Amino acid sequence: MLGQIIYALPFLAEGFAVTLWVSLLVVVLSLIAGVVLGVGLVYGPAPVRWAVRIFSDTIRGIPILVLIFFVYYGLPAVGIHLQSFWAAVLALTLFKTAQVVEYLRGAVGSIPKGQSEAAMAIGLTFRQRLAYVIFPQAFRRFLPPWINGVTDAVKGSALVSLLGITDLMQAINQVIGRTYEAMPLYILGALVYFAVNYALSLASRRLEQRFAFIRE
Amino acid sequence: MGYTLNFNLIWRHFDKLWGGLLLSLELAVISIAIGIVIGLVLAVWYVSAGRVVRSIIAAYVEFIRNVPLILLVYLVFYGLPTVVDIAYSAPTSFVATLSLYSGAYLVEVFRSGLEAVPRGQLDAGKAIGLTPWQRLIHVRLPTMLRITLPALSNTFLSLFKDTSVASVISVPELTYGAQWINFNTFRIVEVYLVTTAMYLVTGYVLLFGLRLVERRFRAAR
Repeated sequence: MLGQIIYALPFLAEGFAVTLWVSLLVVVLSLIAGVVLGVGLVYGPAPVRWAVRIFSDTIRGIPILVLIFFVYYGLPAVGIHLQSFWAAVLALTLFKTAQVVEYLRGAVGSIPKGQSEAAMAIGLTFRQRLAYVIFPQAFRRFLPPWINGVTDAVKGSALVSLLGITDLMQAINQVIGRTYEAMPLYILGALVYFAVNYALSLASRRLEQRFAFIRE
Repeated sequence: MGYTLNFNLIWRHFDKLWGGLLLSLELAVISIAIGIVIGLVLAVWYVSAGRVVRSIIAAYVEFIRNVPLILLVYLVFYGLPTVVDIAYSAPTSFVATLSLYSGAYLVEVFRSGLEAVPRGQLDAGKAIGLTPWQRLIHVRLPTMLRITLPALSNTFLSLFKDTSVASVISVPELTYGAQWINFNTFRIVEVYLVTTAMYLVTGYVLLFGLRLVERRFRAAR
């Protein structure tokens, strides 16, 4: 039993690399998209605000699994052909973007209005106000929940196994298909996911403590 | 592009989606009911326990929260029966998994709720001569439940969405019904549009209802 599992380790490691790669792509892409849409939600004109609100509430109102299937099976139907890997990344990114939008809205919303007004009074442009006044202060409110939310991306990435992508989850299932050692392999997989996500949540908790003493 | 929407086949097989939605709700309701019991017992135990028990409860909570739900579902359905001599159907297995899963989140919710009960209330309970058990049942738990009600409804809403994972072990809930129609009729865009709408409408109706309940029982300020 142990021999079979050791034999499978390189294969599992490859799957784990795919899990990390998917998670990393999703985290980076959703950060960019989420900040842009989040700024649109807070400062944009009414149509933009409405569009982002509907986007975010829709995405957060449905299961990620449905979103993944919708993107994976739906896009080819309307003539857009993506590799399953990129379809999965796109679906997970949409999901994570909606989260980032809400983190950003919460963080920016927590900055007292006086800060913005003071910045306006000394003649800063909109971009300068964001770059020098709002974002530096909102950052410490944004960071802990965002890092904690990275665990959602790692956990969500396990769903890409359903599209036949050989991530850690799929690699485990394939090894079980060959060796019939279900329990040890699932536990091994659980421990790997746990190690990654627990490290992330510890980091998030430490940051929260570190920023906790700063008060307006 | 050039895709023409045609919902006829979706309506013909709508019972798959409707029945699936009802099953999703059923799975979520049973799981949160068991999860609340797990969460309450462990939270009350946690706040009064010594270090060893605390670390065991904390280990359970951290383990569940940091592992993907789909892996837990596989582990319980395909893994557990290979080492323990038990047999269960896919829905039972999923309810067991989701109960343990929600239990872990609810321990945290209830634990912070218990700590948020004002000290003065407990002292007042002591002053009128209530035993520790009476203080727990008549003072601590009711106040704690009022405080945690919003977190409880959020947990329920996310559990409702999490029931979609049951489709991976062929439990015929809403996502499974959507996939069935997807593979059998190829009206892909239509079926996921309808499914999305069903999740959204159900979710917002639940949210609205739960907010009404919260307002009714809001903790006195």
